[in-house]
Amino acid sequence: MSQRLINWFKFASPATFYPLAGKLWPWFAALAAAFTLAGLWLGLFVAPTDFQQGEGYRIIFIHVPASWMSMFIYCVMAFWAAMGLVFNTRLSGMMSAALAPTGALFAFLSLWTGALWGKPMWGAWWVWDARLTSELILFFLYLGYIALTSAIDDPRRADKAGAIVSLVGVINVPIIYFSVKWWNTLHQGASVSLTKAPSMATTMLWGMLLMALAFWMYTIAVALCRVRAIILEREGRAQWVAELPEMRT
Amino acid sequence: MNAFLSVLRRDLLLAARRKSEVLTALFFFMIVVSLFPLGIGPETALLRRIAPGVLWVAALLAAMLSLNRLFATDHQDGTLEQMALSSTPLSVLVGGKVLAHWLTSGLPLVLLAPVLGLQFDLSSRALGILMLSLLLGTPILSLIGAIGAALTLGVRGGGVLLSLLVLPLYIPALIFGAGAVEADMAGLGAGGHLSLLGALLALGVFFAPWAATAALRLALE
Repeated sequence: MSQRLINWFKFASPATFYPLAGKLWPWFAALAAAFTLAGLWLGLFVAPTDFQQGEGYRIIFIHVPASWMSMFIYCVMAFWAAMGLVFNTRLSGMMSAALAPTGALFAFLSLWTGALWGKPMWGAWWVWDARLTSELILFFLYLGYIALTSAIDDPRRADKAGAIVSLVGVINVPIIYFSVKWWNTLHQGASVSLTKAPSMATTMLWGMLLMALAFWMYTIAVALCRVRAIILEREGRAQWVAELPEMRT
Repeated sequence: MNAFLSVLRRDLLLAARRKSEVLTALFFFMIVVSLFPLGIGPETALLRRIAPGVLWVAALLAAMLSLNRLFATDHQDGTLEQMALSSTPLSVLVGGKVLAHWLTSGLPLVLLAPVLGLQFDLSSRALGILMLSLLLGTPILSLIGAIGAALTLGVRGGGVLLSLLVLPLYIPALIFGAGAVEADMAGLGAGGHLSLLGALLALGVFFAPWAATAALRLALE
């Protein structure tokens, strides 16, 4: 075991992960800031004005990356949940709990910017489009996870209960997406499509990708910070916490 | 199998001794459904259009009402711990409890739905499809609900939390269930929707008792 190049389980312990996270998060935060600046510059100043949608389309640089991240974070949460159930590591549950608020934030941001975008483009704040509806349901799933884990006082039970919820949720997300999609076609709802930019200018695409990277880095930085706080909260009485340099001063 | 049947028999007997609990959920279903025409107006064309959705949403809410008690009383008097200790797998016993829950809360809704559907001026064909969709769909509600009930067992504010957890997961059943009736009324045929409901049911029967058992073991620790 110890002969391996990297011992992955070494950092599964909160005591070893805490200083590592402390070293890593400023780097990710700096990367997030750099990517945000580059992405916004490209998106707001360089990218050409859309001939159909005018300047209003520029909200895409926040909207699309936020929706991507909200879905991706749910999958990551479920991954850590499965890890926690399989290997019975404490840190996995903490990671899940640390990611949930950020995921909910991005889901909310995606809904909000979607509404702001929808008003000038479709003339309505809200349309019962399949994507909007499933994003809303995803937001509800995040809220359910957060509500459940914060209602249980015992952290071990809270982690495992949250793990079961997020795994059940991740099985359900595709089912919900397709059911909402078919429901929408049956109802002949407002025939709008969010994918109506067939030949997107490359600068737009780059701006979007940069912003997605920025959100990604932001998520990692925030999750690491939050997981540090959770570790301190739960392990406050442990010997290694008392020996930390920042505790001695 | 023996243990499954004895749990089923026991839960049915308990429900028969406490009829008011079963009837309350049933009356709730009737009242919610009857409120909609009062709120919307007695125009039959409109009522006919919204009937499947209204009946299905009311069924979801009525199924939610009785979920709290699925494991709570057994948890309080220690029966659940004895079940977890028994030689039969706990998931089999959970399956028995879920089936008993469906027989006492889901099946009455299915039987009552056509009567309420008449208030909405549904044709007899649509009523048949509605019954069929509820017959396939309400077991899904009991199965998914069991996971939520097990997770919120003994948790602060369990009732509200349960609805927050479970209702988003009910959405596919709602869409296909109400969609079956609407598709049939639009002349598209309800076969596809009913098949999908059946697929969801098969998935639920396979996975839900398993997940509920994992959650119960957590609550019993």
